[in-house]
Amino acid sequence: MKFKFKDKERAKQLIGVIEDYVPDRGIKIVHVCGTHEVTITNNGIRSLLPEGVDIREGPGCPVCVTPTRDLDAAIKLARKGAIIAAFGDMMNVPGTEYSLNDLGPEGAEVKMVYSVSGAVELARKVDSEVVFLGVGFETTAPMTAAVLSEDPPDNFSIIPSNKLIPPAMASLMELPDNNVDGFIAPGHVSTIIGCRPYEPIAEKYGVPIVVGGFEPLDILYSIALIVKGVATENPSVENGYPRAVNYDGNSRSRELIEEVFRVEPGLWRGIGKIRDSGLGLRDEYKQYDALARFDVHPEEGEEVLPNCLCPQVLTARATPDQCGMFGEECTPGHPYGPCMVGDEAMCNIWFKYGGRPQL
Amino acid sequence: MCLAIPGEVLTIDDNLATVDINGVEQEVRLDTLPEEADKGDYLLVHTGFAIKKLSPEEAKETLDLFDELIEINREMDEESEV
Ligand code: SF4
Repeated sequence: MKFKFKDKERAKQLIGVIEDYVPDRGIKIVHVCGTHEVTITNNGIRSLLPEGVDIREGPGCPVCVTPTRDLDAAIKLARKGAIIAAFGDMMNVPGTEYSLNDLGPEGAEVKMVYSVSGAVELARKVDSEVVFLGVGFETTAPMTAAVLSEDPPDNFSIIPSNKLIPPAMASLMELPDNNVDGFIAPGHVSTIIGCRPYEPIAEKYGVPIVVGGFEPLDILYSIALIVKGVATENPSVENGYPRAVNYDGNSRSRELIEEVFRVEPGLWRGIGKIRDSGLGLRDEYKQYDALARFDVHPEEGEEVLPNCLCPQVLTARATPDQCGMFGEECTPGHPYGPCMVGDEAMCNIWFKYGGRPQL
Repeated sequence: MCLAIPGEVLTIDDNLATVDINGVEQEVRLDTLPEEADKGDYLLVHTGFAIKKLSPEEAKETLDLFDELIEINREMDEESEV
């Protein structure tokens, strides 16, 4: 099966729809997914859009929003002799003092894994404690839940750091002067949670929300629907990605999350605490909480580095090029702030694809 | 961390499928999948776990959505020109 998700004719027509509906005052649309940013930046989508359409990335980079508290905890555990298993993107993120890649003079063992299953397999092979740094959004939580619910080895535990996207979208709307007119909701997060969790946000704040896929046409379609929704004052939730998202989501994965985790306040780096946006382990699974198991108490560290605009970038109030460090003191090779680390990080994407995607 | 990719099921052994992702074979767990998977199915795979069964009809449905919006808009443009 081959479908053309890049075809030019359709793209032109969708841009035509956007042109027809864009209000004179302009419009600000926020997406919440690093992979959407890659599609937008890599295909120069901003340059194709009519004037006044401002597309921003919100808090959609799991690496960027992982609090230093959790990174520092991982580093402390590593120094106590545990092997830390983490996704590759986490390695270079600066914690309060060190990153996982650079644990300082004392050294320690850190292993890169592609999946939480890889961390469990590692635990089966070694005698030492293996601690998985459980970061990510609703897309990674079911996997962690799946391995915890099937009796993993005794030397396996996790730092629970999963976050939930809809509460972060709502918190953005609570910021004064947010100027957000609509959201493109993240495609694969929505594969898990479906479209219903966005309904109360669309209703309360009067913003259209469209679940978007990752091809250029998907993005243009999402923007067209949002611009039309704003112009016609119809803030509904639409599924623009039915080939990967059911309106009700993935029931099996949601049950797994529900079984193992409970919703609690979440700490987002650069943003702060957001109500009901974190996943902690339920009492029945507390024995897998590495912080409790090893009695580690990381202090709330320095979340924001001086002169780093990450907090503004993550809340769609600034673009990377507005940061004085961008491309100078801060590059993917030598990241200063967390938004420069990893494939989903806004500053990293802008740096890689030219840094001036508005042109 | 949030990008899932499609793969074709080659074999299934209980909870574990071997899928072909762009020519690379990978083991994928099925316990996060609400649907039953069969050999030849396409699955959306995220960090070694399947999260959705993909169907060609649904891929077509997306293109139909695009066209519907374009079509409605064209009709409206034509009406306003009359
Ligand atoms: S360029 Fe670097 S310092 Fe500036 S906002 Fe981005 S991550 Fe922070």
